Amino acid sequence: MRVTLTVNGEARTWDVEPRRTLADFLREDCALTGTHLGCEHGVCGACTVILGGAAVRSCLMFTVQCEGKAIRTVESLADSEGGLHPLQAAFAREHGLQCGFCTPGFLMLVVAALEDDPELAEDGGRLGELLSSNLCRCTGYEGIRRAVVAAAGEMKARTEET
Amino acid sequence: MKPAPFEYKRPQTVEEAVALLGDDGARARVLAGGQSLVAEMNYRRARPARIVDINAIAALEVIEADGESLRVGALVRHVQLERGATDGPLGRLLTRVSRHVAHPPIRNRGTMVGSLAYAHPAAEWGAVAVALGAELRLASVGGTRVVAAEDFFRGPFVTDCGPAEFVIEVRLPALGADMGVGFVELRRTHSSFAMVAAVAVLGIADGRVTDARIALANASSRPLRVETAEAVLVGACATSASFAAAAAAAAAQADPVSEPHASADYRRHAAEVLVLRALAAAAADVGAACA
Ligand SMILES: Cc1cc2nc3c(=O)[nH]c(=O)nc-3n(C[C@H](O)[C@H](O)[C@H](O)COP(=O)(O)OP(=O)(O)OC[C@H]3O[C@@H](n4cnc5c(N)ncnc54)[C@H](O)[C@@H]3O)c2cc1C
Ligand code: FES
Ligand code: FES
Repeated sequence: MRVTLTVNGEARTWDVEPRRTLADFLREDCALTGTHLGCEHGVCGACTVILGGAAVRSCLMFTVQCEGKAIRTVESLADSEGGLHPLQAAFAREHGLQCGFCTPGFLMLVVAALEDDPELAEDGGRLGELLSSNLCRCTGYEGIRRAVVAAAGEMKARTEET
Repeated sequence: MKPAPFEYKRPQTVEEAVALLGDDGARARVLAGGQSLVAEMNYRRARPARIVDINAIAALEVIEADGESLRVGALVRHVQLERGATDGPLGRLLTRVSRHVAHPPIRNRGTMVGSLAYAHPAAEWGAVAVALGAELRLASVGGTRVVAAEDFFRGPFVTDCGPAEFVIEVRLPALGADMGVGFVELRRTHSSFAMVAAVAVLGIADGRVTDARIALANASSRPLRVETAEAVLVGACATSASFAAAAAAAAAQADPVSEPHASADYRRHAAEVLVLRALAAAAADVGAACA
């Protein structure tokens, strides 16, 4: 089945089987293997991507559902010279990752949330609820929480400058 | 963990959708948010031959209060209810409850109507629907029909919705501005399904309960409206003693089964505690002191 969609700013038409999940499409057809697959039933969040501004589980969508839609994956975060997104840099600095398996999912979850509401990280309860969306078996979440708080401040300062 | 092949259809109207569902032997399933269905398909517990994706049917995005009720179309996502769909006690209840439905990325896609149609016994929306006396509107090739929530749920994952029809909207009756709402849930982690959950809606005037609606999620094979508990309360003084009597009646009417993390006895006990807390929350919400 033909489907036209935009991945990380690039629009293309593909021929995919209806049963191709968005996660498999990104990994296998687009060779964007930054999107990880853990549980394939919506629980772990490793496959989280941004669909039209909202964080979604790419294992729970079919590619054909994305006709005309724009998707962002973790590969879109760094700039063209390889400079890290403030959130990526904060994850590295604050020990927001160990094995890194969950990291792309957390990054996309948090980027979407901070773009929607830059104040989110100031409310510990809401931030905790957001971070409990995804599973991390290594860090114990505290490093991730610190990274989000640090990056949220930087992202806000940047938008205020511009 | 890969779905079996299927034929994919994306109708633009309700008429097209029911025609696709109504084909003899189509073995079709409606795809709404996909937050339960796609997982089932990945496991191959569900192997529909045809997927009828309703996400392009703009008419199903309706969310509208008309004074008597709030119409929630089949494409209204949990996140919309979380962000405040309507004013007053009903809006407060919907916001409070949605925060207990899965977690944010799931709420971005999953729908209230899809949750009702899926009929998971622990689903929060099922308890809300029976507590409020909601009505579901179903469409088929033959036209539409309306089913009360109380009659819609038949058992775990079984509803009154046949294979050739689908739910186009649910109507939640409006609540008077002076009603109080409460919702309490017991769960292992922030985003776990409810072990038990209780919803309570109270009207209180001059210290007496004028209206009471109480329902439980995951305390029976289907969402359970506990009329016995309501009967204890209506006309009684709103006191901690009457609330405790109502909670005991609710627990007696509950019929939980044992699950790996909670025995039936534990869950019955939890139902009593949660109803008590939900009633206290509803009384506080209405601003009535509970002596
Ligand atoms: C990690 C995780 C945690 C979750 N936690 C919770 C939770 O705590 N509480 C909770 O209640 N839910 C929870 N869910 C389920 C979630 O709320 C789903 O969104 C909901 O159950 C189904 O809604 P949907 O729109 O995604 O439906 P879909 O997945 O698209 O469909 C579910 C079923 O209903 C049918 N269906 C859908 N729409 C209609 C319709 N309009 N008419 C007739 N049939 C229809 C489908 O054919 C399918 O059989 C969780 C899901 C995940 C992945
Ligand atoms: S792989 Fe999608 S949520 Fe786990
Ligand atoms: S860093 Fe290993 S799972 Fe999160």
